Amino acid sequence: MISIHKAVSLLLIFLMGSTYGVASETDNTKALTIAKERKQRDTGWGTTEATVTMVLLNGQGQEAQRELNVKSLEVTDDGDKGLTVFNSPHDVKGTAFLSFSHALEPDEQWIYLPALKRVKRISSRNKSGPFVGSEFAFEDMTSYEVEKFSYEYLGEEEVNGEMCFVLKQTPNYDYSGYTFQKVWIDKSHYRVQKIEFYDKKEALLKVLMPKEYQLYKDKFWRPMRSEMQNVQTRKSTYLITEDINFDTDLLESDFDKNRLKRAR
Amino acid sequence: MKRAFTVCGILTLANASHAEVELSGSAGFEQRYFLQDALYNPQERSYSSAFFMPEIYTQWNGGADTLVVKPFYRIDEHDDERTHGDIREFQWAHYADSWETMVGIGKVFWGQTESLHLVDIINQTDSVESVDGEVKLGQPMVNFNYLTDYGMFSVYALPYFRERTFQGESGRLRPPVAIGDALYESDDEERNIDLAIRWQSSIGDWELGVSAFSGTTREPELVTRLDQDGIPEILPFYAQIDQVGIDVLKVSGAWLFKLESIYRSGQSEDFTAVVTGFEYTKQGLWGTRYGVGVLAEYQYDERDDNFFAIGQNDLMTGLRIIVNDIAGTEVLFGFVQDLEESSTYSGFVEASSRLTANWSWTFNGYFFSSDDIEDPFYFLRRDDHVQFSLEYYF
Repeated sequence: MISIHKAVSLLLIFLMGSTYGVASETDNTKALTIAKERKQRDTGWGTTEATVTMVLLNGQGQEAQRELNVKSLEVTDDGDKGLTVFNSPHDVKGTAFLSFSHALEPDEQWIYLPALKRVKRISSRNKSGPFVGSEFAFEDMTSYEVEKFSYEYLGEEEVNGEMCFVLKQTPNYDYSGYTFQKVWIDKSHYRVQKIEFYDKKEALLKVLMPKEYQLYKDKFWRPMRSEMQNVQTRKSTYLITEDINFDTDLLESDFDKNRLKRAR
Repeated sequence: MKRAFTVCGILTLANASHAEVELSGSAGFEQRYFLQDALYNPQERSYSSAFFMPEIYTQWNGGADTLVVKPFYRIDEHDDERTHGDIREFQWAHYADSWETMVGIGKVFWGQTESLHLVDIINQTDSVESVDGEVKLGQPMVNFNYLTDYGMFSVYALPYFRERTFQGESGRLRPPVAIGDALYESDDEERNIDLAIRWQSSIGDWELGVSAFSGTTREPELVTRLDQDGIPEILPFYAQIDQVGIDVLKVSGAWLFKLESIYRSGQSEDFTAVVTGFEYTKQGLWGTRYGVGVLAEYQYDERDDNFFAIGQNDLMTGLRIIVNDIAGTEVLFGFVQDLEESSTYSGFVEASSRLTANWSWTFNGYFFSSDDIEDPFYFLRRDDHVQFSLEYYF
């Protein structure tokens, strides 16, 4: 099964390569302009607090759920700060994950273990590791920054009924689990409609489909559902936003390892 | 002091009565099996036990005030001392922007290393609960923390001392005679007021902590003497000590470098102890989902003859396997070698995983060896054991 998928994805890469041709200098400038516009349109949101259900499917029909509370703080000219608290499963209730993501410097991460009352610093090299057993890697959960990638313009394609720019983005940061990603960004609002992740052997590993976009504060689009499928293992993870609030009273000081015990 | 606690308790309960109360917790069944026959009477080979630890939580003032009540009780089939209860937490906390205070019974963790927790001193070890010393008794305290851009400054007043728990006559993992009642240096005994201060901060790739403690030692010295009937008894003696400690962690890519060190005075000898080492983590091993962590920590302690100071000149090596599955499966293998006495070593394995959203299991094994009759492990040389526990979280 896996070998067929690999063969198909390799064939796809080959076909795309021949369709799109070698990217020219002006195409790369265009790709960067699109990436900057994507970031620009999602600037100024400040803080958000969301209730998220994570659904993990193992490919054989078995399902597990996690309930998360996700607080985010926009940091201008750097990666954002995030605080994720687990409400379920019950054995990890109150476990809090704090991250300061950075464009190129290693991210800073801490985990709070409520049973031990212990805050542990985590190695910044775990980017490619799965986030709590899901199909999302740590690097998929951190904020999008233009400088994180180099871009190539691949063309246009329709996804989810939206005409999209297709970009190839290659990580500039260390320890990524991917050689490159392909991103479909819609022309109407510069929202991500699809991302393909290619592993170290340049084989298609995962596909992310953000769905059910909703508009907040007349400016910021958020997908209410993000479906990540691992095409090699057939496992999937869905992130479902139950509730999101843009008018929080969060402060930068709330994103502090010494305040993780307050998270609940 | 006690009255102050009672008043606080009543006030917090009165406030809490208007708020929503959350009930959660865990309960479990545990089976311990010792691989060899016991050295001492009347120890057994097999011990079943069960525990219950509910947690009641409420908050008010929009989460600025919280109250946690977390009692614990275990029933052990044979060991009367392991059949025990504790209030793990009964604490009111008030959180303001730049400060917070906690009053009541609670738990505090200090430090960075894995194989030994030298700096961590606020809570007493509930040593009948687990061999690794990670389980702690609830500590009555008044704690004030001041949070600044330069880290957190903490002050603790600890009005009541908790004796370390020890196995009874029927329990394994004890010296030839079960450890008896506590002796204190302080005339106030367990009512001596202990004090502690700490600063901790994250500075870039560094995690730093500096702490000081003055009061009753958490780690007793054992006194052997004859009781009035001429029968030998072993008693824990709790001296008044002063201790300073530092803990440091440095992140460097996939590496975490860790160090903890203390200087303690007031017991039979003043001493320095250090534990230092690294943890290296690699995800996606050989293209799989698996992650591994490699740990090594060197333990040094100036003391020669404290029963509980086992890390005198020892090296711990460990391997953590992270399966990265939905069940959160992890296995940790460890080996501690005494670098002065080759026959003295110990090994352990700690594995855990989730069965469903509510059920999980742990499997632990601990193995001890020593031919040196001076070494604490000599008494435990036949106490190799495995334990399986099934836990329900609600």
